[in-house]
Amino acid sequence: MNTICINCPMGCPLDITEEDGKVVVRGYTCKRGLEYGVSEYTAPVRTVTTLVRTSEGGVLPVKTSSPVPKGRMFDVLDRIRALVVPASADIGYVAEHDILGLGADIVVTGRGVPHDAK
Amino acid sequence: MKRFDVLVIGGGPAGMAAAIAASDRGASVLLVERDVRLGGILNQCIHAGFGLHYFGEELTGPEYADRFEKKLAEKNVTVMLGAMALSVGEDGETVVLSPDEGLVHLKAGAVVLAMGCRERTAGAIALAGTRPAGIYTAGMAQKMCNIEGYLVGRRIVILGSGDIGLIMARRMTLEGAHVERVIELMPYSGGLKRNIVQCLDDFGIPINYSHTVTRVVGKPRMAGLYYAPVDENRKPVLSEEKFVECDCLLLSVGLIPENDILTGSGVKLDRVTSGALVDENRMTTVPGVFSCGNVLHVHDLVDNVSHESEIAGAAAADYALGRMSGTEGKICSVGVGRGVRYALPQRVHGGEGSVEIFFRTDNVYKNCKVVAECGGRVLWSKKRMIVAPGEMEKITLDKKDIDGDVTVRLEI
Repeated sequence: MNTICINCPMGCPLDITEEDGKVVVRGYTCKRGLEYGVSEYTAPVRTVTTLVRTSEGGVLPVKTSSPVPKGRMFDVLDRIRALVVPASADIGYVAEHDILGLGADIVVTGRGVPHDAK
Repeated sequence: MKRFDVLVIGGGPAGMAAAIAASDRGASVLLVERDVRLGGILNQCIHAGFGLHYFGEELTGPEYADRFEKKLAEKNVTVMLGAMALSVGEDGETVVLSPDEGLVHLKAGAVVLAMGCRERTAGAIALAGTRPAGIYTAGMAQKMCNIEGYLVGRRIVILGSGDIGLIMARRMTLEGAHVERVIELMPYSGGLKRNIVQCLDDFGIPINYSHTVTRVVGKPRMAGLYYAPVDENRKPVLSEEKFVECDCLLLSVGLIPENDILTGSGVKLDRVTSGALVDENRMTTVPGVFSCGNVLHVHDLVDNVSHESEIAGAAAADYALGRMSGTEGKICSVGVGRGVRYALPQRVHGGEGSVEIFFRTDNVYKNCKVVAECGGRVLWSKKRMIVAPGEMEKITLDKKDIDGDVTVRLEI
């Protein structure tokens, strides 16, 4: 696979292959690039941030408490769309534990706009 | 109204950090914020990536704001919400319109400007074509999506590849819209590499560098747009124009420091940054008036905003309480040479201690050398593998070396 290293503005183009059962990264110019290339090839992960519905019809921002496999992002999003949290949920409120068995919780990250101010 | 030592205008990351720092130096602080809550634009930036430098962990925007809001609540800071600063006068007198207090004239010992930026709009870039529904600035679409819960389009084109544009490409995709492409006038992105990979490449969203939108079509709703490559003078090559069907165009075409209230203040602005000209304490050309955050110059990282605003807030407190120090030395200007677009602060005092100079380059340069010199002497130099306009650079100088005007430049 081909990707770009994200560690610095240099953006080294990486060419990653598997040869004799070993991951081989080409194109990196520092140690961070090598590590990034290996992890992107073997197990790329992303923190997912999105919105969750509230009991009053609004939305609150949420995140996965730890990164989830990149290939499961849209499964995680589908599951989060089915959730509803209290409108009064505060930062840190756990909307779902261990989503899809991936080891990450869905955590509220922001508050709603104060009601009387709307 | 009660008299305060320091008045802070704006309750985003800059204003909150300045207010906390001023309070920590013993000043009584009034913070005015026009929104109904603190946090500013951080409230709508629900993606992760904030605070890696400041807190050593990756937070979302609202979480980053919350950390500062909680700290602020413990300090000697009075917060006025829903209050709009209308003007800053020559003597720093500030007129504020508040739902609770009415029209109030405030005179504090020092003023900190922390009003942030607003976005350049379709009008500002003279976008050609019809004026259909479906054209939004990226930040407006971000607010409508992340705060209000509305998706502003289904088939989306984004003009400009600054970080906000890239972040919105991912946000719209995650919420079910289809992002057709990102179009960038320059031959490179103004955003972070990380965002190119994780917001575009992850979702297979194409980007056209050295292209621009030539006109939009549709009425009353947008039906599509034409785009074309640009020549070396950034003029569109209309013979190569292409059409893309879409119902929404998001603009990520630059930020403008919101300094309008300074018109009558005597605060001199920098022609390049559109922010105030400041010294190392972030004091403007009007004594007692300070500036920090995106209203001073556009930052890539909120962590840098917090640091800069702490400098301004602490200095504002010292000024108000009559114990400003470190400004006895000779004042020297900081200018730029080849390859550097601007450097800030624009003037520094000689004397004790060190001073950090922040700068941006005017292009992407590989294998260059950053040089700071003063009267022909090199004060600082370092080889860099790469520098880019999208990533703010920093150098640290010893103040006792500074006895004349300083120039920051690149050897390419």
